[in-house]
Amino acid sequence: MANNSTDLPVFDTSVPRADDVSDATKEMVSEMASAADYFELLKPRVMSLVVFTTLIGMIMAPTGADGGVHPVVAFTALLLIALGAGASGALNMWYDADIDANMERTRTRPIPSGRVSKDSALGFGLTLSAGSVMCLGVFVNWLSAGLLAFTIFFYAVVYTVWLKRHTAQNIVIGGAAGAFPPVVGWAAATGTVDVLPVLMFAIIFFWTPPHFWALALLKNKDYTENNIPMMPVVAGSKNTRFQILAYSLVMAGFAALPALLGHAGLFYALFSTALSAVFVAMSFWLFIAPDARQAAASKALFAYSILYLFLLFAGFPADKLIGI
Amino acid sequence: MKEEFEGTPEWSDELLARRRKRAAVMGWVLAGFVVLFFLVTVVKLGSNIVQRAL
Repeated sequence: MANNSTDLPVFDTSVPRADDVSDATKEMVSEMASAADYFELLKPRVMSLVVFTTLIGMIMAPTGADGGVHPVVAFTALLLIALGAGASGALNMWYDADIDANMERTRTRPIPSGRVSKDSALGFGLTLSAGSVMCLGVFVNWLSAGLLAFTIFFYAVVYTVWLKRHTAQNIVIGGAAGAFPPVVGWAAATGTVDVLPVLMFAIIFFWTPPHFWALALLKNKDYTENNIPMMPVVAGSKNTRFQILAYSLVMAGFAALPALLGHAGLFYALFSTALSAVFVAMSFWLFIAPDARQAAASKALFAYSILYLFLLFAGFPADKLIGI
Repeated sequence: MKEEFEGTPEWSDELLARRRKRAAVMGWVLAGFVVLFFLVTVVKLGSNIVQRAL
C-alpha cells in the first residue's frame, strides 16, 4: 500500500470481497463505493427496457375527457416505476452475490467485485422499493403502486429466491416480473387495467423464455457449474432449442392479437407480422442449426430478441400516429 | 484468500473524495425529488382547485 501526502493508508479498492467478511471490512467496502456503483445495482440495461415498455403502456392508455394524465405526473410515474424495477434488480444482486461471483458474465457486478457491500445493496434495494411504491401511490394512484409492489416482490422473492435455484421453469414463471411494466404504466395513466396492457404483458411473458434461453445456451457452462437449473442445464440443448421455437410461435400469436382484436391498426398488423416472422425464422434456424453454428445462432437470436421487443412496442404508438 | 481490514478503518484522501462525491450525488438526487414532488403537488392541487364546487 502506498502512502499519500497525509500519511493515511490507501486501500486497494479491488481486493476485499463484500461477502463473509468482518464489520470493519464491510464498512470499508461501503465507503469505497461510488455513486456509479450504486447505479449499476439498478441494472440500468434492464431498466431501459422497463422504462420503454412502461412509457408505451402510458402512451397507449386512453386520455379520457380530462385530457389524460398531466406530463409532470406521467414523468414522475415513469421515474418511480423505473426506480422500483431498479430496486428489485439491487435485491436480486444482493441475494445472488454468491453465484454472480462465480459467473463470467456477472463477476464484475458491484457486490462480487467488492465495490459495494451486501448489506449496503440490501438497504439500498429495500429503501428504493418502499420509497418508489409509496411515492407512486401518493403522487399517482394506488393501483399502479400495488402492481409495482407486486412486480418487485415477484422478481426479488418469487423469481430470485424461490424459482431461480430450484426449477427449470424459473425464467418462464419469473418472466411475469418483466412483463408487468406496461400494465403498471397503463394503470398509472388511467387508474385501471384493460385488454391491451394485458396483451402487452402476454407478449413480454412469452418473449422472455426464448430471449433468455438463447443467452443461457451460450452461458450453459457457467449455469451448470453453479447448479442453476436453467433449461439448457436441465433439459439439454436440443430440448431447449425446441422450446425456444415453441415459445416463439406462441409469442408471435400474442403479438398479432392486438391487431386481430381491434386494439391496433393495419400498420401494427403488418409491422408485427414481419418482426415476428423474423423472430420465428431465427428460432427455427437455431433449432435446426448444426453444432458448429449453434453459438452464432443463439447469439443472433438473443440480439434480435432485444431489438424485436423495442421495435414491436414502438409499433404501438407508431400505429396510433399513422392511424391506418 | 480474502484480505480483511482490522479495527477502525482510517480515511484516505481517496475514500474521503468518494464519500464527498456520493454525498453530492445524493444531495442532487434528493433536491431533484423535492422539486419534482413540489411540481406534482402543484399540478394535482391545481386541477382540484379548478374543479372545486363554487
